[in-house]
Amino acid sequence: MTSTEGYKPESGLAAEIEVEAYHRLFPLQYYERHLAESVRPDSRALGRARDTTIALGPVTSADGSALVKIGDTTVLAAIKLEVMTPSIDSPDVGSVAVDFQMPPICSPVVRPGRPAEVAPVIAKQLSDVIMSSGMINLQELSLISGKAAWMAYLDIYCLNADGSLFDAALLSATAAFSHLQIPLVSLSDDGKLITVSEELKDKAAVEPVNKENRKLTIAVAPFSLTCIVHGKYILADPTSEEESVMDTHVTVVLDSKERLVSLYKAGGAVLLHTSVVKDCIVLAKQRMEELSEILRESLSAMEVD
Amino acid sequence: MFEMVELITSSTLHIRNNVRADGRTLNQLRPLTCSRNLLNRAHGSARWSQGDTTVLAAVFGPKAGTKKGENPEKASIEVIWKPKTGQIGRREKEYEMILRQTLQSICLLTVHPNTTTSIIVQVIGDDGALLSCAINASCVALVDAGIPLKHLAVSICCGLTVGGHVILDPTVLEEQKLKAVLHLVFPNPPLSIHHKTQSLLKDEPIEHGIITSVMRGVMSVPDYEHCLDRGRIACTKISEFVRRNLQSSAREGLAKAT
Repeated sequence: MTSTEGYKPESGLAAEIEVEAYHRLFPLQYYERHLAESVRPDSRALGRARDTTIALGPVTSADGSALVKIGDTTVLAAIKLEVMTPSIDSPDVGSVAVDFQMPPICSPVVRPGRPAEVAPVIAKQLSDVIMSSGMINLQELSLISGKAAWMAYLDIYCLNADGSLFDAALLSATAAFSHLQIPLVSLSDDGKLITVSEELKDKAAVEPVNKENRKLTIAVAPFSLTCIVHGKYILADPTSEEESVMDTHVTVVLDSKERLVSLYKAGGAVLLHTSVVKDCIVLAKQRMEELSEILRESLSAMEVD
Repeated sequence: MFEMVELITSSTLHIRNNVRADGRTLNQLRPLTCSRNLLNRAHGSARWSQGDTTVLAAVFGPKAGTKKGENPEKASIEVIWKPKTGQIGRREKEYEMILRQTLQSICLLTVHPNTTTSIIVQVIGDDGALLSCAINASCVALVDAGIPLKHLAVSICCGLTVGGHVILDPTVLEEQKLKAVLHLVFPNPPLSIHHKTQSLLKDEPIEHGIITSVMRGVMSVPDYEHCLDRGRIACTKISEFVRRNLQSSAREGLAKAT
């Protein structure tokens, strides 16, 4: 095996060393050689995202659920609704509690005693985006003003972490809310709200409280795209390996009305100039159109069943 | 002649003739104060305040060893955020991550490999624009500790009102009524006689590049670009303030030593 210490891997050595060894020893140069040909190691174009699939309703015990795969990144979202008393200063709104967890199954760096640092940050960012984008009208989660409202517990589990976790999590949350079926409730004799199961709904002695309002209206749906900026290249939808090699990540969240819900860039070796910001937003716009089409198709497939 | 009773509705920001509730114009910042070397046990410390928002930052480091999982060929930065009241939750973890990634990009990590530098941020007062205040305080604390940096960083908080105006450095009351709040961090590059263009794009100067951008709320893309422009202009002013402040305290330190 030829010695590689202190050797700049330009011409000669690249011919002698195996591709896989070059990949492990000089990951940044390996990527840069691909970028110079405007391609990535998985033969994607620089601006193209990985294949995305959405499966609605995999968790039958939850009121709404979705399983999203972006390439190898797999994320499962489930919503459970519980009746609670709303607070005094906002008596006719429900609330949403978002939790994002990365169990050890998702990545070798996550161990039971060493939780992922990025999990609570993604949970908070998801919560902010869901609330500020106006995706859900919290008043629709109200049952009886001042007395009862729905509390939606949105739990998102990452099953396989291979880059673009926030994108997959946001898409799964949007899909789960679109799939959500609010259970029927009726007032029992002692003044409590009880859920009426589907089979008994016609035989129930008491009239259900929320017969008309079974699905949430998703006014605007936010979609996100994470890009990596390296030198003058912009890579859309990075894998976890690309994310670890190149450290400047930009996440753009656009809603279906093309408003900017979030542009998140924290540190990184590359400074972002206005032209790069504009290019990232253009890529995010294309991705938003792709994703809203995929979501629409899976929702209509659900309705056919 | 009847009195004009001004009705301040609870959901809108009261801006008349481009003057805000506390008398500032749209682009006016609150008074900035910065002091260094306050704590004698810490290697570096700084206190930065913008109006009533005050943050104290302390730097300890470089200490030997890196945490498990960190690259030992580079120095690593660790941030601990202490809120004024309450338990540490997701918000504090998010601030820690943003601050850590921002400061990592301005430090020269290869000068002291296999070391850890800890930055502890203590919130003393929160009246809006907290993250920007913390970033400014941390940067001055790093300078006070003598940690090698590529360049300095300055941060500004912008907000977009419901009426479409861009305001700078909002207070807590203003933040609650804004459509969107945006924290931006720009570099404060060294002034030199040689005009070396270090940025890749020859027509855009280095101080226009964004180090960090964190947004909450919704705004249109042109509004975002508008905020960037206003933010850059404000940051040049803050950069001058930081330089003046650091140079004068450096001169004082030299006078005391001799």
